[in-house]
Amino acid sequence: MELLKHSEEENEESLKHFEEKIERGDSIEPRDTMPEAYRKHLIRQMSQHAHSEVIGMQPEGNWITRAPSLRARQILLAKIQDEGGHGLYLYSATETLGISRDEMIAQLHAGKAKYSNIFNYPALTWADIGAIGWLVDGAAIVNQVSLQRTSYGPYSRAMVRICKEESFHQRQGYEIMTKMIRGTSEQQQMAQDAMNRWWWPSLMMFGPHDSESPHTGDAFRWRIKRHSNDELRQKFIDKTVQQAEVIGLTIPDEDLKWNEEKGHYDHGPIDWDEFYRVITGNGPCNRQRIAHHKKVHDDGAWVRIAAAAYRERIKKQNDNQ
Amino acid sequence: MATDSQLEIWEVFMQSKSGANYIHAGSVHASDKRMALQNARDTYTRRGEGTSIWVVPATAIVASDPNDSEMLFDPANDKIYRMPTFYTMPEGAKAI
Ligand SMILES: [Fe+2]
Ligand SMILES: [Fe+2]
Repeated sequence: MELLKHSEEENEESLKHFEEKIERGDSIEPRDTMPEAYRKHLIRQMSQHAHSEVIGMQPEGNWITRAPSLRARQILLAKIQDEGGHGLYLYSATETLGISRDEMIAQLHAGKAKYSNIFNYPALTWADIGAIGWLVDGAAIVNQVSLQRTSYGPYSRAMVRICKEESFHQRQGYEIMTKMIRGTSEQQQMAQDAMNRWWWPSLMMFGPHDSESPHTGDAFRWRIKRHSNDELRQKFIDKTVQQAEVIGLTIPDEDLKWNEEKGHYDHGPIDWDEFYRVITGNGPCNRQRIAHHKKVHDDGAWVRIAAAAYRERIKKQNDNQ
Repeated sequence: MATDSQLEIWEVFMQSKSGANYIHAGSVHASDKRMALQNARDTYTRRGEGTSIWVVPATAIVASDPNDSEMLFDPANDKIYRMPTFYTMPEGAKAI
């Protein structure tokens, strides 16, 4: 996109505009002047978000051919297709900040850009597909609802679109869990086992405690982040506990109890050692996730090359006419 | 010989229902018009969000500079005679 400039305004002056806009709660648009650190922060956060949507297709994709019914297979396929779409919305929003999708993918492959740690865990049984939709998408929704009001316009608009699509993801997961818990004793065990394995990693999705990542950071000042990690985590716990109770699943936390005074659930300590072990590359699936992404990307190269060659040929034909 | 790339960026505009304005939805990557339309449909209309799509190469769009917004848009504010409320209508006149 080309910018048509009329006047050369001082950069300092337009940075003042930026601060004023943030102060007023206006959204920042791609062609507004913005501090370099704001741009960098967004590129890191948004590309990580995009990569998470795409890498997140892997644990679920693993179950498409093994879904227990045609209905279940159609639903899972549609859900995973949505996640691919979410990745595309977010890549396209990130590109407005001046980084190309090529660069973002190269950063992912080089390990410079991260994706959500949760996708380094495997989906072992069909109940895991239930737990992922209900808990992992459920946690992602809490975060994404908050990000609908983030200060960067294209990011905020992508979040609005994504949130509209997410509620079916969580419902389909909860429906699977409900069916399994009402099934045979073996199916009930599978559901509880999936719950036990996915609960804590889901809580970790919100990131370190606020005491470890202070409120006062740039992300808050620039209104990129609107709620703290612990606030969002609490919101997720409070609404999920009730849903677990309704279908008779036990939350694997002995310290979990309602705190009348606070009006929230208290929960036991999160194992951050495990979190850092997995996020630094030593989770069950880290290597497999990136290797698979690289392979699919490389296998698809001929399609992109052929499409570009076809465009060149058509252009030449038109030029010769 | 063409090399591997993520192809070109196209901006996508969608009409949600017949008679409505076309609104920017986002962008897609594609090598030509046809692929841009197909990708736009797959990416932005999985739930019947649209009845019609426009795709435009991103390089063909020209945008105003946000720093010029005062100069470009402020003059409208002092031409209040462009607003219907500026005028005094004689008492008793109807449907105007
Ligand atoms: Fe998603
Ligand atoms: Fe989702």
